[in-house]
Amino acid sequence: MSAVIECDSVVKQFGALKAIDGLTFSVEAGEVFGMLGPNGAGKTTMVRLINGLLAASGGRLRTLGFDPITQGDRVRAHTGVLTETPSLYERFSARDNLLLFGRLYHVAPEKLTGRVDAVLRDLGLAERARDKVGGYSKGMKQRLAIARALLHEPQILFLDEPTAGLDPEAARHVTDLIEKLSREGGRTVLLATHNLTEAQRLCDRVAVLNQGRALAVGTPAQLSRDLWRSTWLDVELRGVNGGAPTDRLLAQVRAVPMVKAAAMEGHSLSLQVESEEAIPQMVAHLVRLGAQIVRVNPREHTLEEIYFALQEQAEKAV
Amino acid sequence: MNWNIILTIAMKDLREVRANKMAWMPALIVPLIFVVVMPLLLIVGPQLLPIPAEELNREMGDLDAMMNALPPDLLAQIRGLQGLQIWIVLLAGFMFAPMFLIIPLMLASVVGSESFVGERERKTLEALLYTPATDRELFLGKVVAAVVPAVLITLFSFAAYTLVVNVSAYPVMGRVWFPLVTWWPLVLWVAPAIATLGMAASVLISSRVSSFMEAYQSTGMLVLPLLFLMIGQITGLISLSVVFMLGLGGIIWGIDAVLLYLGVAQFKRAELIARL
Ligand SMILES: Nc1ncnc2c1ncn2[C@@H]1O[C@H](COP(=O)(O)OP(=O)(O)OP(=O)(O)O)[C@@H](O)[C@H]1O
Ligand SMILES: [Mg+2]
Repeated sequence: MSAVIECDSVVKQFGALKAIDGLTFSVEAGEVFGMLGPNGAGKTTMVRLINGLLAASGGRLRTLGFDPITQGDRVRAHTGVLTETPSLYERFSARDNLLLFGRLYHVAPEKLTGRVDAVLRDLGLAERARDKVGGYSKGMKQRLAIARALLHEPQILFLDEPTAGLDPEAARHVTDLIEKLSREGGRTVLLATHNLTEAQRLCDRVAVLNQGRALAVGTPAQLSRDLWRSTWLDVELRGVNGGAPTDRLLAQVRAVPMVKAAAMEGHSLSLQVESEEAIPQMVAHLVRLGAQIVRVNPREHTLEEIYFALQEQAEKAV
Repeated sequence: MNWNIILTIAMKDLREVRANKMAWMPALIVPLIFVVVMPLLLIVGPQLLPIPAEELNREMGDLDAMMNALPPDLLAQIRGLQGLQIWIVLLAGFMFAPMFLIIPLMLASVVGSESFVGERERKTLEALLYTPATDRELFLGKVVAAVVPAVLITLFSFAAYTLVVNVSAYPVMGRVWFPLVTWWPLVLWVAPAIATLGMAASVLISSRVSSFMEAYQSTGMLVLPLLFLMIGQITGLISLSVVFMLGLGGIIWGIDAVLLYLGVAQFKRAELIARL
């Protein structure tokens, strides 16, 4: 694996405002990387910096090995961007929009109409392809903008709030689509969003941003571990030593040093251990205590829990 | 620099203008008025009036005093002519010349305003900025869109005007007399300079206004100098000689160079995206 985007202490200043304040992260080839953060966190600004639309005020940026400022055209030839607003030519048909951008993205003329038809089909727009985009619904415009971002088969796909403003059904449709896109052909996707459910479903790794700073970068599991320094396990028991689970077992479990907390309800036992590494040892312990284990589930924190914990921490730090 | 990209952008801008009737209708109607309606009214009209030729000649003769004040170039052109002939040459050959420049000015500023401001107004610029097209290519595409059709339509209007003037004045003049020599530098040298001026002005204005209409109206101010030119000519202050045309064109090209330099400096992705 190699990094396709490298950001090292990147700073972007607008007048007195530091929109990006020393951001460091890198995105590996083939992964879906999420930039999460509230309004004004700097997500859109980062997409612009990475594509050379804005010049950083400090730090070092490399996209596909190129400097986005001096080699912006080479960067942009290999990136596709779904912008916050669809930014489509509404007086033209969907087809004409795509033909235009295909030329601007240097799609070979003999391949162009084939590519246009293919993305129109993939995004379910083939039937309305010759209608003026001005008459499209918001969801259709969004799909067309995604089609445009994919037209030249970019190595990195940027999606800036792809489901913002869509109704639940259209949003679902777009999320399904992104999931499909990220699975096929090892494409790198950078998703900027404040929709945490969407991020949870799609992202391999995330950077949680706030006011231009990264509060944390990593897989949701890593972030969760760093935050809580413990893992909850849900253990389902058939019984203990042939009988029903008893309070005695709960007391014995609580007595184990690595257990920080435990609770039992019927046949399910929940316990908190220091780390995931402790799980095998814990299971062995339970077996020794005579527990007949049906299922062990490490309880994962949702991205939403992680996100709010991080944002809360950041607020307390101020 | 990739001319395929530049032309793709230019064609795109022109298609957008074509979709905006409010923009191109006035820009086409004005040339039509200058080229067809006005000459026909002013050349054919007097021919239809039941004024005896002698009377007309006497009337124009009374103008002798004023005509002696005319610049020598002009006098040379009308020496030996009489009555309606003088009227036609003065009007169609000289007075209309500055007005003719309104054609490239209007066309270039309509397209310039549409493509530089309209793109921002309709929020389509961002996607364009994310393409591999360089700042220079984007800028040139828009320049080509504004200037090339303006110059071509001016040339076409000139050809049509030549035809209309010669045909409608034939009963009076008895020969093909148009274009006068001053029109060549006007059409080939000054008109392209004016088209470029209209475009360059709309580029600079585009960063200061938020709508196509505002930009278009601001560039409309450029018509004023053309009116001065016309008044100057009527009052005899200026004579639109070949030398004057060459000089005038030179000055306008100079202004164009400065404005375009400023325009290019201003047309940078980072600036444009920050102002979206
Ligand atoms: N061109 C600009 N000039 C001045 N300030 C800007 C400019 N662009 C962005 N900012 C500021 O930079 C900060 C980051 O903005 P950005 O648009 O990147 O946030 P975001 O994370 O995309 O937010 P959202 O979720 O609302 O889209 C904001 O405070 C914004 O006001
Ligand atoms: Mg944003």
